[in-house]
Amino acid sequence: MANGKCAVIGDRDSILLFQAVGIEVYPETDGERANQIMHRLARTGYAVIYVTETLYPLCGETIAEFASEPYPAIIPIPDALGSKGTGMKTLKANVEKAVGVDILNNS
Amino acid sequence: MALQYKPTRMELSNLKKRRTVAVRGHKMMKDKRDELVRRFITYARRNQKLRQETEAKLQKAMQSFVLARAMMSSDEIEEALLYPARSISLDQSIQNVLSIPVPKLSLDRSQDEFVYPYGFATTGADLDTAVQALAEILPLMLELAEVEKATSRLADEIEKTRRRVNALEYVMIPQFDEAIHDIQMKLEENERGNTSRLMKTKEMLAKEAE
Repeated sequence: MANGKCAVIGDRDSILLFQAVGIEVYPETDGERANQIMHRLARTGYAVIYVTETLYPLCGETIAEFASEPYPAIIPIPDALGSKGTGMKTLKANVEKAVGVDILNNS
Repeated sequence: MALQYKPTRMELSNLKKRRTVAVRGHKMMKDKRDELVRRFITYARRNQKLRQETEAKLQKAMQSFVLARAMMSSDEIEEALLYPARSISLDQSIQNVLSIPVPKLSLDRSQDEFVYPYGFATTGADLDTAVQALAEILPLMLELAEVEKATSRLADEIEKTRRRVNALEYVMIPQFDEAIHDIQMKLEENERGNTSRLMKTKEMLAKEAE
């Protein structure tokens, strides 16, 4: 069983807290650079990369590139300003792709 | 586009074999798709629940953190959090769901005991609350990562499988059917041509004998 690493990318205010529990923190607000950081982390064997919802849509390139691999899992999380529903949107898109209709609302 | 073939018996038997394979493949693909969708729905529901829970708790932790930031100076906060007491360690492996590799993660159990990375002299209670809350969410966040990745991988695979099923059902198999039908017709036509030629020859021979 390999030892996985875990990182967070986002704006400083939102992610500094993660440092306290031992997750590596990469403060970044610029989409282009965040994309580069994410790509580097994904290449170097990080298992999970959390990224704030603000940056998530800007890193589409890297996300698409690693979508077909089991690792890393790139997961959007809400930032200090609250959730914008990006994560739920991703889930909904997946459900619609797989089943054809959104089945989560009426359950 | 129709298939290219020569109207021979050899070709006919080959086509029939390929059609059988296509039909069997189609059936298996269909079964695979159904099973994938069944599992996907379970994953998707779990994903939804986990995400709602994680987001709610994470936001609470972040609110405490915002309060803590308001109470303390930025330098103090940075100083308190800059050096983590321990770095997180994950057990990472790969799980097979219908031959799709999905991640399986768990926190290293030896590190269950939570330690604050700072002394209490310069920090407020809000920071403690925030850090404590985050430490509690951690397993939840990992599970979310695992389930969310599995969901998206399954969704991709379902889409691919569905395309294959449709390609077999609406393109490959009808093409084979058409080609087989054509060859059979042509062979029968040749047969009829042959028979009538034979009848004609027999007639001519009979006339000559008279």
